[in-house]
Amino acid sequence: MNSRLFPLLGFLLLVGLLVVGLKIADRKTNLPSPLIDKPVPAFDLPVLASPGERMSKESLLGKPYLVNFWGSWCVTCRAEHPVVTELARLNAVYIVGMNFRDESTDAIAWLKRWGNPYDVSLIDFDGRVSIDFGVYAAPETFLVDPSGTIVFKHLGQLTWEVVQNEILPRVANMESGS
Amino acid sequence: MTVELGQISLMAALLTALVLGLVPMIGTYTGNRRFMAVSTTAALIQCLLLMISFGILTAAFVVQDFSVEYVARNSNSLLPMHYRFSAVWSAHEGSLLLWELILAVWIAAVALFSKRLPEVFRARVLAVLGWISVGFLLFILLTSNPFGRLIPSAVEGLDLNPLLQDFGLIIHPPLLYMGYVGFSVAFAFAVAALLGGEVNRDWVRWSRPWTLIAWAFLTIGIALGSWWAYYELGWGGYWFWDPVENASFMPWLVGTALIHSQAVTEKRGAFGNWTLLLALSAFSLSLLGTFLVRSGVLTSVHAFASDPTRGIFILAYLGIVVGSSLTLYAIRAPKMIQGGGFAGTSRETFLLINNLVFAVMAAMVLTGTLYPLLIDAMGAGKISVGPPYFGLLFTWLLVPMVLALPIGIFTRWQKDTGSRLAGMLRWPMAMALVFGAGVWIMEPEIGFVSAAGVTGGAWVIFGSIFYVGHLLSRKNSLKIPGSVLAMTLAHVGLGVFLIGLSLVSTLSTEKHLRMEAGDKYQMVDYTFEFLGTKIVQGPNYTADEGEFVVYKGDKEVTRLYPQKREYAQRGNTMTEAAIDPGFTRDLYVSLGEPLDQNGRAWAVRVYHKPFIRWIWLGSIFMMLGGILAAANKRYRRKMPATKPVNTGTKEVTA
Repeated sequence: MNSRLFPLLGFLLLVGLLVVGLKIADRKTNLPSPLIDKPVPAFDLPVLASPGERMSKESLLGKPYLVNFWGSWCVTCRAEHPVVTELARLNAVYIVGMNFRDESTDAIAWLKRWGNPYDVSLIDFDGRVSIDFGVYAAPETFLVDPSGTIVFKHLGQLTWEVVQNEILPRVANMESGS
Repeated sequence: MTVELGQISLMAALLTALVLGLVPMIGTYTGNRRFMAVSTTAALIQCLLLMISFGILTAAFVVQDFSVEYVARNSNSLLPMHYRFSAVWSAHEGSLLLWELILAVWIAAVALFSKRLPEVFRARVLAVLGWISVGFLLFILLTSNPFGRLIPSAVEGLDLNPLLQDFGLIIHPPLLYMGYVGFSVAFAFAVAALLGGEVNRDWVRWSRPWTLIAWAFLTIGIALGSWWAYYELGWGGYWFWDPVENASFMPWLVGTALIHSQAVTEKRGAFGNWTLLLALSAFSLSLLGTFLVRSGVLTSVHAFASDPTRGIFILAYLGIVVGSSLTLYAIRAPKMIQGGGFAGTSRETFLLINNLVFAVMAAMVLTGTLYPLLIDAMGAGKISVGPPYFGLLFTWLLVPMVLALPIGIFTRWQKDTGSRLAGMLRWPMAMALVFGAGVWIMEPEIGFVSAAGVTGGAWVIFGSIFYVGHLLSRKNSLKIPGSVLAMTLAHVGLGVFLIGLSLVSTLSTEKHLRMEAGDKYQMVDYTFEFLGTKIVQGPNYTADEGEFVVYKGDKEVTRLYPQKREYAQRGNTMTEAAIDPGFTRDLYVSLGEPLDQNGRAWAVRVYHKPFIRWIWLGSIFMMLGGILAAANKRYRRKMPATKPVNTGTKEVTA
């Protein structure tokens, strides 16, 4: 065989590997959720930093909202915090912070330190609601429509691309549709 | 409206690049000289259009136009003016635009400074570069437009990533890209030679100065990146074998092999196909690096913005550019081994060792970088390959290279004798051994491997300097050819680098401490006293600033002021290390977390890093050597057709 073909063959093998790599990178960001198009799991949780107050799934019906699972222990939540902050500044959608498996004092200090982008933060101390949502890593974000149906889920750090290409258009759709 | 002008200008640049790729290429096949001459005009117009485009994006940052999404995401009204310029290339879209601008500058430079080349060859080179530019402009316009509007406009920007708010980052990416992209010129020369079927030594001589300049830029770009990581990341490291670092290191390794094999091909005609392949590989690896960094295939501390759809585009681009050039190589590369033969003991042999070592190093870095991906692809889980693998293999690969280097410098082309070499190399070898042994006796804790590293570095330095002395004594004149000076400078740089690397890797001391105001800590000869912290207000951050007095004995050496900064807009905290640099040692202090409520006790990291500056000093020497070599007068002479091979015993320098 022509030895001058070897570099080309080596390169083709490399490209094959890179294609598989891309597939993996793609799959990692696009895990389907069985909860899409299903109703939001029921919850009734205490509100962070205002003792005695509670909020339930029912009280949120009628408007689109975003549920963002986070914890003060979660490094990636720190990384996505600027994006959530920016989204909050747009005032486009009601944002529920779901503080799970966290000490409330730590959570309050965290919000004080980095800024609070959430319209409301709920305490899911034992993580039971997070299990109902199928959350196995933080951060994880769900978009819920006015009828209480989950329409979109994002695993891992929220990026501005996701906000712009996935979340904001869906919110705009709900508003023009209703 | 202005921002849209930037985008229009970018589209016009794409059209110009298409003209540059098509018209001169057609001219070379039909013999139409006017068509070929279009290349110069097109190259210059393209460069101008990209400057306009880039200038408009920069202006949007300077005037803080937050209606542009890219600006809103990477700037802030409090951002100091000088960072508004560097913010342009702080994220994906802008850095691609910078990449493309630099490509256009290289193309324009080739158009302006290669008037002496044969018309057809020159037109081919420029057309190939035009096609490279077309692909990249398409990539920017289709997947990564920096001029997108944000509707409604943001009131305030998200701010520039604080890690990137730093002097090092202002200049590191442009220099690195100058190197990366510069290899496209050597690539285009090789492809043009293959297309024309003129694979002789001419194309090598013509492409040498371009390759050397690109290599020099890449050298200093990588060194700056390492320096930046050292002082900005706050943990005292200077190289992490991170995929992104590896992405810049692979083209450097292949580029180093390339500049040496070019020397052989130009002087002796040997290694012709090998030089072609290296020229194609150096740029291919630059593109692969871009793919790895931008696609999100590999996770890295550098992962700024990654996106699999962009990955598909770059992969397709990579496939077309590299695949077609390697196909061309398979079809067109000469089947006959060219050039004169050479004996076992000859400069060719030693340069072959150089080439093998560098090619193996590059293959090894490539393997180590892609291995986690391969494991993941086979479903065997996630792993990462770190310093143990790279460090060990590099140490062993350096051995033959360092041993062979000074011998190679002294060896004649074609054939030499061992006894002649032994006679001349006795002294530098003896001096290096004495030097290495001396260092080991003075600092026994460095151990055998580092002592050997120091000896190797000294051997390279003494060998290089002795060669200059040898030429002087033989010629009885004080004139040394520029190319020898360039080579000596670069090799001395390598020696300095090796000594620095060996010493810093074993003599460094680091300590993580809990310190309260008034506490003292003794490290090596120095006493660090912590005086406490105070709040300092910066333009877009607030910081806790610690004050440390460093004594040597009773004498105060310096005061260090490390900071822990909080950037209000993004809410990031950054560690700003304080460093007292020195020729023989750095003192390095960084503040960790506050450990109590009232801010008296802090986690503090203290480092003593002997000879760390030598790593970058050596790199500066290497870069200067590369520039000096490229500046050699013989590259600026009228390009003659192949001249007779230098024969006989005359020593010709590489």
